[in-house]
Amino acid sequence: MNSSMLFGKLTLDALPFYSPIAAGGAGVIVLGGAVVVGLITWLRAWPYLWREWFTTTDHKKIGMMYVILALVMLLRGFVDALMMRAQQAIAMNAEGYLTPDHFQQVFSSHGTIMIFFMGMPFLFGIMNYVVPLQLGARDVAFPLLNAIGLWLTAAGAALVMASLVIGVFSTGGWTGYPPYTELSYSPTVGVDYWIMALLVSGIGTTLSAINFIVTIYKMRAPGMKLMQMPLFCWTALCSSLLVIFAIPGLTVAGGLLALDRYLGMHFFTNDGGGNVMNYANIFWIFGHPEVYILILPAFGIFSTVIPTFSQKKLFGYNVLVYATMCIAVLSFTVWLHHFFTMGADANVNAFFGIMTMVIAVPTGVKVYDWILTMFRGRLRFETPMLWSIAFIVTFVIGGMTGVILSIPPLDYVFHNTLFLIAHFHNMLVPGMLFGLFAGYAYWFPKATGFRLDETWGRRAFVFWVAGFYLAFMPLYVLGFMGAARRMAYYDQPEWQIYFVVAAIGALSVLLGIGCQVIQLVVSIRHREGTMDLAGDPWGGQTLEWSTSSPPPEYNFAVLRQVSALDAFQAAKEDGRPYIWPTHYEPIEVPRNTALGPIFGGLAFVLGFAVVWHIWWLAAVGVVGVIGTIIVRSFATETTRIISAEEITATELRWHAAVRARQEANS
Amino acid sequence: MSGPWEGDYRGHVVAQPSSDAQSETRSYVWGLGLAVVLTAIAFGLAVFKVLAGSALLAAIGILALIQIAAQFRFFLHIDLSRSKREDLQLILFTGLLILIMVGGSLWIMASLDQRMMG
Amino acid sequence: MSVQVRHHPGINLSHARPEDERHTEVTVFGFWTFLMNDAILFALLFATYATMVNRTAGGPTGPELFDIGNAFVETLVLLVSSFTFGMGAVALKEGRERAVTLWLGVTLVLGLGFVGLELREFASLIGQGATAQTSGFLSSFFVLLSTHGLHMLVGCIWIVVMLVQVSTFGLSRQVRSRILRLGLFWHFLDLVWIVIFTTVYLPAVAS
Repeated sequence: MNSSMLFGKLTLDALPFYSPIAAGGAGVIVLGGAVVVGLITWLRAWPYLWREWFTTTDHKKIGMMYVILALVMLLRGFVDALMMRAQQAIAMNAEGYLTPDHFQQVFSSHGTIMIFFMGMPFLFGIMNYVVPLQLGARDVAFPLLNAIGLWLTAAGAALVMASLVIGVFSTGGWTGYPPYTELSYSPTVGVDYWIMALLVSGIGTTLSAINFIVTIYKMRAPGMKLMQMPLFCWTALCSSLLVIFAIPGLTVAGGLLALDRYLGMHFFTNDGGGNVMNYANIFWIFGHPEVYILILPAFGIFSTVIPTFSQKKLFGYNVLVYATMCIAVLSFTVWLHHFFTMGADANVNAFFGIMTMVIAVPTGVKVYDWILTMFRGRLRFETPMLWSIAFIVTFVIGGMTGVILSIPPLDYVFHNTLFLIAHFHNMLVPGMLFGLFAGYAYWFPKATGFRLDETWGRRAFVFWVAGFYLAFMPLYVLGFMGAARRMAYYDQPEWQIYFVVAAIGALSVLLGIGCQVIQLVVSIRHREGTMDLAGDPWGGQTLEWSTSSPPPEYNFAVLRQVSALDAFQAAKEDGRPYIWPTHYEPIEVPRNTALGPIFGGLAFVLGFAVVWHIWWLAAVGVVGVIGTIIVRSFATETTRIISAEEITATELRWHAAVRARQEANS
Repeated sequence: MSGPWEGDYRGHVVAQPSSDAQSETRSYVWGLGLAVVLTAIAFGLAVFKVLAGSALLAAIGILALIQIAAQFRFFLHIDLSRSKREDLQLILFTGLLILIMVGGSLWIMASLDQRMMG
Repeated sequence: MSVQVRHHPGINLSHARPEDERHTEVTVFGFWTFLMNDAILFALLFATYATMVNRTAGGPTGPELFDIGNAFVETLVLLVSSFTFGMGAVALKEGRERAVTLWLGVTLVLGLGFVGLELREFASLIGQGATAQTSGFLSSFFVLLSTHGLHMLVGCIWIVVMLVQVSTFGLSRQVRSRILRLGLFWHFLDLVWIVIFTTVYLPAVAS
């Protein structure tokens, strides 16, 4: 047997010794992984992690694992950003410290990671934690599917990380346009890593989205009508629907590109009747809704945080629901604005330009609703609220530059310049990331029982917001000056000062991230001071605050009959916020299962094998997946019962905490 | 015992052991008959060149749509009854999006083709 | 006769316990959501086929290659298999276990027959030198058809698993709910095939 049958294209040359920086990056990954594994082993935490976390089907723990994955990938993606800013700050008439090929890998992995492995897991994490609690439900509709979704996302992220150590990553940007990404121009495994990571995580995301749609449609508390759901649940529903209808675009675009590369087909090749432009078409049928998949849940978070910290009802709930639905539908009618310059005729460009302007209308409506919610409220400026206010101001600027880009003749001038980069970071950083940070600070006490440190939170906020403006406002100017995106070096002396300012902005963001790390450590060390098991630290309006912090595995011992919007607020106004019966019944919950890690592992193996053309291993992966599904379908005992005694004990502990809290307040 | 499937907002309606198996058999027979007839017409129009060009495309397109609707009705049991509103909404929304995606793609790619080669 | 209230698409199962009814309602709705996701995937493959149908790169065209007789037989086989599955569903509802097994078996044979016919067509095309590597048109043809064919194959494997489960567990709640979803899947594949013969075979044979 020769080695190519055994190892495919994988040889020792795959190790990253082509540049000291790449080798250093790989070293950090390997070393970091070894330290984490070593630490867990030293603490003998493996059985605990396996039992309580890896095999769990509890949506709350799955949500927390998603957020942890997202935070780790945020660090990785941010290091990429720092490397780019550093390169461009010094690469005036010079080569800088990165080779062009390596620079391309860095911006490709930055975009891919930030969208698919930071943004998506972060929002799915928060949705996982919060949506069932807000619905007053005991569980999601498909707990096992939910766990598998998490592990497939993690497998995709692991493939991207693996490319840093074994082989290379794509140099084709996060959009991977052919013909450049075809085999003739990108013969290395980079593009294959990119495709496999996206396909694997795409399946995981789809499974999660199915789970959320069904949960929201079918698992609401008794009596809760759709129009009585908290707004975050609405945005989670619309976002999940977008996933269902948009991800096939990514699957088809990526899959057909893979068929070109692996089987020599002619979908997007220059020769053989291929049609390069169809790739852009299909990719953006996915790509534009993807932006709203990321941003809608953040809108939901702002719509939850702003009323709570204004101590008012949300202004215009109905309008916000309809605006969300409008955005969800319209997001499927604008995709061509990503390739105005491809040369379709004026009617086509005009249609998609106008639709793009139209989609700004419901978004604008939302901004007014948030402002009017704050109007005459009693505002409390704690960190979740600070992120929300920074979002409104910054997002409006980004929205306006978006309307500029929606005008086709102007787009012909700005396309592929740093103006575009500044625009979409101006949407996604405040629109998605600030929202996720607000949600992180807002629901952290629900998940852990104690609050995040306010002082370090404010410091992080200041560095992040200042860093954002310093990093991206210069890019608008550079765009006006004609600077193209994705340049490893340039020869215009007047550009350099702006790149230097942008690099300073990135350093400020670095300080912000540093403050967030310190905040987490400080909060954990001083947790006694802010511990609040009663479960309602902010004066919340929705049902997640009507149970203990952290909530028990079954969420609610008694399901609440809901008859109004903001059900917890309504119950408080009735003077009966809690339902405490004298007698509890046993509750059925899903059992732990190793299937999540098993599917994640198989998907990683399958992806890795396909990337390196190790066909026997790929066959093992496929057979493993099919076999596992079939074996599982014969399992009968998939749930277990929590006894009434256990529930009574848990609930009484919580009752005592609530009473202690009420006495302290009165 | 209360399991994770509790929380039905509409209350439970238990289906009674029924005698409508016969009517469901009839539904499948209707479905099969309609589908065979519609398929035969579509193939006949094309193979025997009854129609040509865009008239043919329009005719077989309409026949396909009728057959899809018939199969939804008789095989998948989707109808306009209240209890299946959510499924129907989902299907109609999917239909709308397919129309937008496929129609938009054809429009865009045809425009590009024409300007590249025409 | 009592009024039937259905909470889900597909044939109405009679449930002894309310939570069984609810379980079926929830899982079927979830499966329905997945089918819509799959429908979009097929729609994009159809759009791709339509944009590539004339991109033959000097290779053979559809009218030169397609065997309309084979396509007609495939259509009928698939249609009849949809019907036989329906008969199985009616038997399932009445709790006639042997009839369920029988109809599922017939459906399996028809499904495998369809896959066989499709493979025969592929072999004949490849024999004529018309492979997926020949042109953009043939790439999109082969990928569209084999995506449908792979779905059929998954459906056949699923039927085999269900046959084993019927004989192991009888017509338990889980088994009935799964056969119900398998039925949706099977009928859905027939719907996709309607669009395939309408957009791929018939326009080619008429031109």
